[in-house]
This record gives sequence, C-alpha cells and structure tokens, in this order.
Amino acid sequence: MTRQALPEQAAKRATPRSAVMRRLLRRPSAAIGVAVIAGFVVVALGASVIAPYDPIATSFSTVRKAPNIAHWFGTDEIGRDVLSRVVFGARASLLAGVVSVLISISVGVPVGLLAGYAGGMTDMLISRVTDALLACPFLILAIALAAFLGPSLTNAMIAIGISATPVFIRLTRGTTLAVKAEEFVLAARAIGNAPWRVAIRHVLPNIVPPLLVQATLAIAAAVIAEASLSFLGLGQQPPQPSWGSMLNTAKNYIDNAPWMAIWPGVSIFLLVLSFNVVGDGLRDALDPRYA
Amino acid sequence: MTTFIIRRIATIVPTLIFVSLLIFALQQLLPGDPAMILAGEERDPTVIAHLHETMHLDEPFPVRYLYWVRGVLRGDLGESLRLQQPVRGLIADKLPVTLELACIAIVIALAIGIPAGVVSAVKRGTAWDYGANVVALWGLSTPNFWLGIMLILLFSVTLGWLPASGYVSPFEDWRANLASMIMPAFVLGNAIAAVLMRHTRSAMLQVLSSDYVRTARAKGVLERDVVLKHALRNALIPIITLGALEFGTLLSGAVLTEQVFTIPGFGKLIVDAVFNRDYAVVQGVVLFTATAYILLNLLADVAYAVVNPRIRVQ
Repeated sequence: MTRQALPEQAAKRATPRSAVMRRLLRRPSAAIGVAVIAGFVVVALGASVIAPYDPIATSFSTVRKAPNIAHWFGTDEIGRDVLSRVVFGARASLLAGVVSVLISISVGVPVGLLAGYAGGMTDMLISRVTDALLACPFLILAIALAAFLGPSLTNAMIAIGISATPVFIRLTRGTTLAVKAEEFVLAARAIGNAPWRVAIRHVLPNIVPPLLVQATLAIAAAVIAEASLSFLGLGQQPPQPSWGSMLNTAKNYIDNAPWMAIWPGVSIFLLVLSFNVVGDGLRDALDPRYA
Repeated sequence: MTTFIIRRIATIVPTLIFVSLLIFALQQLLPGDPAMILAGEERDPTVIAHLHETMHLDEPFPVRYLYWVRGVLRGDLGESLRLQQPVRGLIADKLPVTLELACIAIVIALAIGIPAGVVSAVKRGTAWDYGANVVALWGLSTPNFWLGIMLILLFSVTLGWLPASGYVSPFEDWRANLASMIMPAFVLGNAIAAVLMRHTRSAMLQVLSSDYVRTARAKGVLERDVVLKHALRNALIPIITLGALEFGTLLSGAVLTEQVFTIPGFGKLIVDAVFNRDYAVVQGVVLFTATAYILLNLLADVAYAVVNPRIRVQ
C-alpha cells in the first residue's frame, strides 16, 4: 500500500505549478498580498450585495457628513455614500488592471515571439517600433491616446494596454532569443517541426514564468494608471464611481471633508502594494535558486 | 570612443523616425475629418478651410507626414488653436517650471534613495534592511497624486506650514518658491527614491562581495571607508546613469503633481491641452518628451562608456 502511494505522492510533489504556489505562499508578505487581492476580487464581484447604498444615489440631507454609524466612510459633496463608491470603485480598478494587461499580453507576446523567433529584418523592424513606443513616457502616452480616443473607462483601458505593450514585446523577444538557443528547441527543429509549431509548442511554454511576473507587476502599474487617468478626468466618467475620480473631487474639499480623500487612496495603495508583493514573491518562487 | 558615439547615434535615428510616425499617426485616431474636430464647436467654415490648407488634409498620409516632419525639423511644432501661440513657445515657457520641480525631486530622491540603499545592503538581513525595503515598497505603491493630497491635508490644512497650491518664481522670492515647490518635489521624488534604493542595494551587495573590497578589508581599512570610498564609488556609476532613465517617470509624475498643486508647468500644459482638444499641443508635448528621453538615454550611455571602457569594447 505504502509502496503504491509513494509514486503518487512524488508525482503530486513534482507538479511544478503546485510547487511554485507553495513557495509563493510560504512568503508571509506574498501570502498576505494574495489574500488582499482575493478580498478585493470578492468585493468587486459582490459589490451590489456588499455596498450599503446605491453608489450614485445623491442625498442633499447628508452632504459631506463625517464617518458615522450610517455612513462608515462618510459622504461626499452631493451626499453619496463614500463606502459604497469605494466598493464599486474596486470594479473599475480591477477591471482596468486586468483588461489592459490582457490587451498588452495579447499583442505583446505574439509580436515579441515573432521578433525573437524570426530574427532578421522582422526583428529589426519590431525592435525599432518597440524602442519608439518605449521612448514615450508611459503615462504621457496613455494620456495622449486617451485624449485622441476620447474619455471613457474602455478607452482608458485601451490606452493603458497599448502603452504597456512594448514592455511585453521586449521581454518576450529577449526570453525567446534565450530559449531558442536551447537544445530541446534545436531538436524540435531538427525533427522537422514547422517554425510556428516550434515557437508555440516548445518556446512559448518556457517563457511563461517571466511573463507571469511581469503581468502581475503590470497590473499594479495599470491600476495606478487607471486611477491617474480617472483623476485627470480621462477614465471612468461621472457619476460612475472610480477611485481616481473620487480623489479628483476630494482634493477640492480637503479642508472640510478629508475623509473623501482617505479611503479611495488607501484602497489604491493596498491593491497596488498587494500586486507588487505578489509579483516580487512570484519572481522568487519561480527562480530555481530559491527552489 | 568616437566610433561608439557614432554607432549609438545611428541607432537613435530610426527610433526618432518611428516616434515621429507614431505621434503623427495619433491624429488619425480622431474620427471623421480632423479639421472639423480641431475647429472646435463653432466649426467656422473659414477655419476648417484654413486647417485643410495648412495641415494638407487633402493630401495622402505619407505626404502629410513629410510636410509635418519638415515643419518639425525647422522647429515648427504647430500652433495652439486655443491660445493662438506656437507650440514651441508654449513648451519653452512651461519647461523651466517643470525642470525646477524635476531637479528638486531628483535631489530629494538621491538624498533618500542612496543612503537607504547603502544602509540596507550593509545591514543586510537586519531590521534596517527590512525597514528600507518596506519604505521602497511604500514608495512604489503610493499613487503620487494621493500622496500630494495627504501632504496638503497635513502641512497646509492642519499645520498651516506650507502653501497648498500655486507657484512663485525663484527670481521673485526664492523662499516662497521653495515653500511652494518642496511638497510637489517630495511627492515626485518619492517613487524615484524607491527605485534608486532598490538599485543601490543590489549594486552595493554586488560590489561588497568583490575581491577588491575583500582586499581593502584584509588591509585593515576602516569599514566606513570600505563602504563609502571603495564600494559606494563603484556602485554609484550605474545608479547615476539610471537617473537619466527615470526622466520619463519624472515627466509622467509631473503631469499629476502639477495638477494637484496647480503648478503652471509642462504637465499642466498637456492636461489643459487635452481638455481643450488642443491636439497640436498634445502632439508637440509628446514629441518633445520622447525626443528628450531618447537624447538623455544617449547621453547616459555615452557617460557610462566614458567611465566604463568595457562598454565601448562591447
């Protein structure tokens, strides 16, 4: 019985994904980060159940009320409940973070893979375009794109996604170049596999770990970018709640209603911090030296 | 060295061409006739006809691009439709304010980031190291516009020590200038200090384990001198060049910081242009920023090659 169970246990232990997860969750900071992100996801998904009030319902009898039993985080300049807006704001932030990074990955990874695997003129052309995009500071490019596309959450996500794409192109290209020279890739080519098949079946799975780390850190950057664009009025449009636009309004009432500025900022900070510590933790967990 | 510089300049030419193409192509994102949008709500037919003529809108894209590039090469970045002023003049007016803000921010970032990185590396694994890492994570995760609002709440509203907004030229009153710039500069320097701290720590850890540091210790050199004179001097080379790469972060941060503190700089220029649909200004600012970033990178590479001959050989 024991003899039969042992290979099964060994097989379970050998699963790379579970080993990485175990190494990740062994780090207290990363484990707390995962828990906080999970908490925000639950809040975003269950916002309509968790939020005590309608986030866009105004009440002129409760304008700029300090935190109290009825309104835990206080109310804003037109009597809306700050807690409900913070809860619903998690949706915009998480959605923008995840969707814009998905846009970056879906464009950046295939293009980077093509540049790294094909080489030659294709690589040169893609690399120069990437350099050009990287030369434009991330937020300034996102602002310019959002300005030309028009202010909305969808356009902000597209603008952030496009602005973050060159990082993924460069990372994918670099790691593809390294993996392309490995013996198993040479062997796959030697037995007559088509180039696209080698790139997708043999190279791509081996470049996932650094992309995963970058994606986690990119979500943190995208959450800040969405909040920044909304703060400037180029993201989520009023009256829909967004942490960035809440801070934009709050700065005008900082002397008599400071609570309006505290909670959206704390939420952005906690979410971004969590993605950053999970990204750092993932980097260590995926590094064979820490295995 | 000359060959290195020529080779490096040759690589930035295609990048500049692609940057200009990208920025010119932004205009194509505008739905419909750009002249109708650029003419504003009044849609004066005379203005629309004038825009068609000056922007060569009846020509194909490559021809229009070449006209635009020819203007840019002559220093003509177009004209602000709202302010009726050349974009080049607007940038020249606003840039000194942002440069002053950026310079103070860099000084603050260096003053916090480098000592914190050194202490963190020298006291590796201690409470100092963990403390410095926590501060770095805080710096990387705090949205600077929120930090700005919180500082206004503390130092302007509660304590009344510093002005909440506005700008005073240093030529008018340097004390009032410093009072108006210290909070925005701290906000801007905060994130860069975190990046510098992480790089300093990693560079110092590498240098501290090198043979010449071990030799210096074996010779009985004081630990303070080993750290400051032997290790830090060598670790600082890549860190100083990193300053140039942080230029983009500074400008991006300046957009938000200037908005929070109502500073009439480069960042406020682009935000105001965006809301007034002054697209020539947006294009001009992005082109100027990207070109400055590329040139600063070039300067950083050359400076690095000057102090590190191995780079030239590579």
